[in-house]
Amino acid sequence: MSGVWTLAEFREDRINSVSYELLAWGRSLADTLKVELSSVILGCEIKDVESLFDHGSDIVYKVDDKRVEHFLPDTYSNIIFSLVKKYDPQIIIASATTYGRTIMPVLSTKLNTGLTADCTKLEIGDDGTLLQTRPAIGGNVMATIRTQTRLQMATVRPRSKKPISYDKSQRKIIVPEIEDELFKSAYRWIKFERDESTDLPIQEADVVISGGRGMRDEKNFEMLYALAKELNGVVGASRTAVDMGWIPYSHQVGLSGKTVSPHLYMAFGISGAIQHIAGMSSSDIVIAVNTDPDAPIFNVADFGIVGDATEILPELLKALGDKNE
Amino acid sequence: MKIGVLIKQVPATDKVRMDEKTGTMVRSEMEAELNPLDMYAVEEAVRIKERLKDVHITAITMGPQSASDAIRDAISIGCDDGYLLTDRRFAGADTWATAYTLSMAIKKVGGFDLILCGERATDGETGQVGPSVGSQMGIPVLTYVSEIVDLTDKHVRVKRAIEGGHEIVEVDLPALISVVKEINDPRIPNLSGKLKAKFAEIGSLDSVSIEADQSKIGLGGSPTKVVKVFYPKLTRSGEIVRSKDPQSSIKALLNFLKSKEII
Repeated sequence: MSGVWTLAEFREDRINSVSYELLAWGRSLADTLKVELSSVILGCEIKDVESLFDHGSDIVYKVDDKRVEHFLPDTYSNIIFSLVKKYDPQIIIASATTYGRTIMPVLSTKLNTGLTADCTKLEIGDDGTLLQTRPAIGGNVMATIRTQTRLQMATVRPRSKKPISYDKSQRKIIVPEIEDELFKSAYRWIKFERDESTDLPIQEADVVISGGRGMRDEKNFEMLYALAKELNGVVGASRTAVDMGWIPYSHQVGLSGKTVSPHLYMAFGISGAIQHIAGMSSSDIVIAVNTDPDAPIFNVADFGIVGDATEILPELLKALGDKNE
Repeated sequence: MKIGVLIKQVPATDKVRMDEKTGTMVRSEMEAELNPLDMYAVEEAVRIKERLKDVHITAITMGPQSASDAIRDAISIGCDDGYLLTDRRFAGADTWATAYTLSMAIKKVGGFDLILCGERATDGETGQVGPSVGSQMGIPVLTYVSEIVDLTDKHVRVKRAIEGGHEIVEVDLPALISVVKEINDPRIPNLSGKLKAKFAEIGSLDSVSIEADQSKIGLGGSPTKVVKVFYPKLTRSGEIVRSKDPQSSIKALLNFLKSKEII
């Protein structure tokens, strides 16, 4: 039995910060169960493994090989499958990123074990099993789920826990021997095209500045980018703004877009259709600006301004600019 | 080329409303629709059919009898036929059991070169069933696909929308692809499509006809169990400023941001 495992992500030459959030969850589970916490990391020329220990890992299983430089679902799942069979963890968690949400279902099927998606809370029940709490129907319902199999697997929503620092780590790196056969892949990886914007994905941002129909046109979105820059945030959008072509789909917040839970969410010219609220209601602080005093977005706001977003924004930017001078 | 599209019927999202008293969301149990994110998979299949010769599209769903409406919606947009997997014993299936059941049905219908599905359903929101079906079948899984760059009888090359950009990957067929909303703009069914859907004969499959292992389906075959359900309160009672003067509104906002230590 080798305790709790987290799947760390190494991409574009660095360990993704969600890997550390995952360790914070893993640490609390491992401490309750009095077992070791491990990270599993695959990649090529992996750097900064020590940081995994600093954030909670006791052990790191490292597969550093040119053949796993890119995420290949079959190779990755075959390798992790072989490690699971050899080292026998009782819990495996991954972030609910495109990586975690792809590898985990593939892996759990191979392992014949249950998997719970996009959890916002993980705890150990009285009987020592993993209790996995997740929102469904856009946060309408919260469900706590238990897995019947001994091995229990879950993906965890980014930003659902803050990373911790840890100084009791055993700092043990295990470099397992992997048969050549397992590296074979049906996938031919061609290339990665980085988006021009260097923004964080909206699900991982601390501050999300969103715009909707009330922004009136694409040009006005520039003010949102300026405000996002000012507050170290990223720009989100309502479905309307995306449908109008003002901003790409990857920025859409809501039931048919992304679910975000930043520290600060600002909604400009968004009326707050229930589908939008479903995607942002778990934010810590919500600020809304809308011309309609009856707009439902005000029901979920901690602070609101009844007014035209395109008039408020320039003034707000000016005031913030003045403050900095 | 034979394309299978996996679809799901979900409670209608535009019928959701907020319960003013409890601050929770309520949705009508009666109204159902084809999962909005599945529309993109159906549309993409139809576009492939328009582009290539001899393409046959089959929509497959699991659900109660009424879920045949979802199949009809898919046919109205351009799918050729469809199967409804319905059986009391399927009820209560989690994503693992659902993926097992769908994969057995796909094997039964047989011969698919490509299987398409949506990113996730708007009710369960797991996004796990598509990749699990591919894994059950032992075929390559391509998730978060925002463009089919190239498709022949032998292989498919796609663009995947992942964090920070797009990745281009290629696999040989058969393969399973889950698509994101970015991929296309689904069409509205026309009258002839609606008529075709109305009179279409929909195939029916149950746990016996797909030769499913009865211990792997429905609630009993599900490794995960819901132990508790609760309804979080979403409403907050914040300060709402209704000033005619933008300056005083801004001042109040700045004070609020300061009080929260944001600026």
